[in-house]
Amino acid sequence: MTDISKEAIMPPRSFLSQDAIQVFYRLLAALLICAVLAVLSDSFLSLGNILNVLRQASLTFFIASGLTLVVLTAGLDLSVGANVALSACIAGTVIHKTGSPALGILTGLACGGIVGLLNGIMVTALRIPSFIATYGMLWVLNGLTYWYMAGETLHGFPAGFRQIGSGYLFGLPIPVYLLLVFLGIGTFFAQRTIWGQEIYAIGANPVAARLSGIPVARRLLLVYAVSGLMAGLASIIFLSRLNSAEADIGESLTLPAIAAVLIGGTSLFGGVGTVFGTFIGALILTLVLNGMNLLSVSANWQPLVTGIIVILAVWLDMKTRRRTQ
Amino acid sequence: MSDALPIEVSSPTPLLELRGISKEFPGVKALDDVSFAVYPGEVHMLLGENGAGKSSLMKVLCGAYGADAGEFFYKGEKVAITSTADAQKLGIAVIFQEFSLVPYLDIAQNIFLGREPKGRIPGTIDRRKILADARRVLDTIGFDVDPSTTVDKLGVAQQQMVEIAKAISQDARILVMDEPTAALSDRETELLFALIARLKADGVAIVYISHRMAEVFALGDRITVLRDGRRIDGVRPADVTPDQLVRMMVGRNVDTTYPRHFADKPGELLLEVKGLTAPTGISDINIEVRRGEIVGLCGLVGSGRSEVARAIFGADPITSGEIIFDGKTITGEPDLAARRGIALIPESRKSEGLALLRSVSDNLVVSALRKLFPSGLFDQRSAQRTADGLIRQLRIATPSARQTVGLLSGGNQQKVVIGKWLAAGSKLFIFDEPTRGIDIGAKSEIFALIDRLVADGAAALMISSEQIEICHVCDRAYVMREGRIAGHLTRNELTEENIVRLGMHHA
Repeated sequence: MTDISKEAIMPPRSFLSQDAIQVFYRLLAALLICAVLAVLSDSFLSLGNILNVLRQASLTFFIASGLTLVVLTAGLDLSVGANVALSACIAGTVIHKTGSPALGILTGLACGGIVGLLNGIMVTALRIPSFIATYGMLWVLNGLTYWYMAGETLHGFPAGFRQIGSGYLFGLPIPVYLLLVFLGIGTFFAQRTIWGQEIYAIGANPVAARLSGIPVARRLLLVYAVSGLMAGLASIIFLSRLNSAEADIGESLTLPAIAAVLIGGTSLFGGVGTVFGTFIGALILTLVLNGMNLLSVSANWQPLVTGIIVILAVWLDMKTRRRTQ
Repeated sequence: MSDALPIEVSSPTPLLELRGISKEFPGVKALDDVSFAVYPGEVHMLLGENGAGKSSLMKVLCGAYGADAGEFFYKGEKVAITSTADAQKLGIAVIFQEFSLVPYLDIAQNIFLGREPKGRIPGTIDRRKILADARRVLDTIGFDVDPSTTVDKLGVAQQQMVEIAKAISQDARILVMDEPTAALSDRETELLFALIARLKADGVAIVYISHRMAEVFALGDRITVLRDGRRIDGVRPADVTPDQLVRMMVGRNVDTTYPRHFADKPGELLLEVKGLTAPTGISDINIEVRRGEIVGLCGLVGSGRSEVARAIFGADPITSGEIIFDGKTITGEPDLAARRGIALIPESRKSEGLALLRSVSDNLVVSALRKLFPSGLFDQRSAQRTADGLIRQLRIATPSARQTVGLLSGGNQQKVVIGKWLAAGSKLFIFDEPTRGIDIGAKSEIFALIDRLVADGAAALMISSEQIEICHVCDRAYVMREGRIAGHLTRNELTEENIVRLGMHHA
C-alpha cells in the first residue's frame, strides 16, 4: 500500500527533468500550506484574501524574477531594493513635474535598467565579484536617494496612474495580470530562447561556457540589466500602489526577494533553477506571512519563520540532488 | 633492474634506500617495484618523461603519498615513511617548483615558520633571536640578504634560496629538488650550482629531477632513469651519452596502432599563425595547419603547448603576432573563434570542457545554439534530436540524452566535448591531451573519429604528452621548448627519439 501511495506522488523520473521535479514538490508544498491555512482560518479562502496574497506575491516576484536570472549565472544582485527606491523617487518626481505618468514610467524603467547595466559593467569589465559590486551599489543608490529626497515625501499621483497598483480588471487586481505576463515572459526567456540556455550554461560552469564559444560578458551584462529593469518595473507598481515615495521604501525588499529565489529552488551556485520556481517561492513566502497574520501571530516572528523556510528549502534541494547524483 | 647498485660509491651504506616501492592509483600503476638509493655527498639525477613516475617517487620520498609496497632504510636501518612528519624527522626536505613561502612575511619568519623563538611576552616572537638565527642559516648557504626583507620583494631565485635555507635550518640531510633551474636565469643557475657543490661538501645528499641534458651531465654523480613507473637503469654520467639516455627514457614502442588514413597531399591552408607572442610565456610561434592534416604539438609539460592552443582560440590575450584562419585574421574572445569554425577540446574536460551537472543533450548543443536555432528560439525536443544523432554517431554510452554528463565515463565525456563542436560544424579542432585519463578502447575510437574528421576536410592540431600517439596519427609535428617552437618534424622524421631530443634542454 505504501508503495502505491509513494508512486502516486512521485513524478515519473525518466519523463521529467530535475527542474520539473523541483517545481512539482514546491507546488505541492504551496498547496499543503493552503490546505492547512484553510482548515485553521475561516477567512483564508475568501476571495479578498486570496487576491490580496496574489497581489503581495506579485510585488516580491517582480524583483525576484530578474534576480533569478542573476542567481542562475552564480551571481547576486543586492542592489535591487535600493534600485526600487531610487527609481520610484525619480519616477515620482517626473510625474509631479511633468504631469505625465507615461514619462514617469519610462524614467523609472530607464533608471532601473541603467543601474543594472552599471552593475553588469562592474561585474564583467572590472571583474568585481557581483556580491561586492552590487553591495557597494546598494550604498551608492541609498546615498543618492537620501540626498535627492532630502527627507521629503512625494505624495499624490494621478488616479489613472494609481490604477496600475491598486486597480482591478474583471475582478482581478492589475498587478496579478502583470504577474502572469512577466511570469510568462521570464519563463519563455529562460527556457525557450538560446540566451536563456546560455545563461544556464554560464552558471553551471563559466569557464567551460566561455571555452564553448558563449559570449559570457555580454550575457552577464544582459542579465544584470534585466535585473535592474525589473526593479524599475517594481518601483512603478510600488509608487502607484502606495501613492507616495520615500527614500527608505526599498530597505525591506531585497532580502525577501532573495528568499523567494532560494525557496523557489534556484541554486546560489548557479545553473539550476526556474523563474516559475521563484514565483512559487514568492507565493509560499507570502502565504506563510498571510497565514501568520490571519492566525494573529505577532509580526515579530515573521523573519524567524522566513529564515527557517529558506534553510529548509535549500537543505531539501541539496538532499534530493545528492540522491540523484 | 636488480636491487644491487651497479656502481661503487664513496660511502658504503646509503643515507636513504628505497626497495621495491610500488604505488597504484585507480587505473594507473604510478610506481612499480622501484628501488633507489642516495648516498651522502652525491647528486642523484632522476630522469624520465612526463608521467614516468618521478613526481610520484618524490611524493613517496617526502611522505605525501604512502607507498602500497616496499621498504625504506635510513643509514641501513629499516624505517617507515608514512607521513610528511616521518620524512621530516629523517631529514628529508623537498624544494617543489611551486614554493610554499608566505609572501608578506619576512625571510626570517619564513625560515622558522611554526618554529619561531618565543619572546618574553606570550604570543610574541623574539625578533632579535629569529633574525640572528636566520642570518646564521643564510650564511651557511652563502646567501647575502637582509633576513628582515619580506619574501614578496624577492625574485624566484632568491625565494628558492629561502626554501633551501628553510630546509637546512630543519637539519635536512636529503634534499629533493624538482627542476630547480626551470625558472632561473643562467647567472642564477650558476649560483645554485655553487650552492649545491657546497651542500655536497657538507655531506648532504641531493635528489635532482631535471629535463635539461646539460645539467644532468654537469651536476650528476649518478643517474636513475624511470619509465612507466619502473626503474629502467642506474648509470654514471661518464658511462652514457645523451642519446643513450633519451633511448632509455623512451624505451621500445609499445605495440599499439591507431587507425589513420594519410592523405596523398595536404589540402588548402586553414590556419596560419605568424610570430605569435603572448604574456602567458610563448614567443614567436609560427604554425601552419592545412585541411586534411593532423598536426602534432609536442614538448614537455610546461613548454607552452596549451598556451599556444588557448591563444589561437582567443582564450588568452596576445601581445603580438597574427592568427589567420580560413584567409581572415582573427582577434578576440573565444566566441568569435568558435563562430569562425575553431574548436578547442581543452586539457581538463571536467573543469573546462563540460557543465557536469547539466545533461548530455545540454552539453552537446551548447556551442551550436546559434546554428541550430537561427531564430533565437530554443526548442528542447529539437535539441534532443540533435543530441540523439550525435550520441549514435559518436557511440556515446549513455542511457539517454537527459543523463547528467558528470555520470559518464571519462571516454564518453570526452566524446561529448568533441560532439559539441561537431554540432557547431567546426573546421579546425584543437585537441589538448585528448586521451588523458581515457582507457585504450576509447582512445582508438577517438583517434578513428579524428581521422574521419580530417578525411572530411577538417583539420586538427593535437597536443599530446603521449609521443607514441603523435607518431602514429600525426602528419607532422611541431616540438616546443620553453615557450618557443624548437623544431618541426615531418612524417618521416616523426619518432619518439626526435621528439624527446628536440624537447629537451641541451644548452
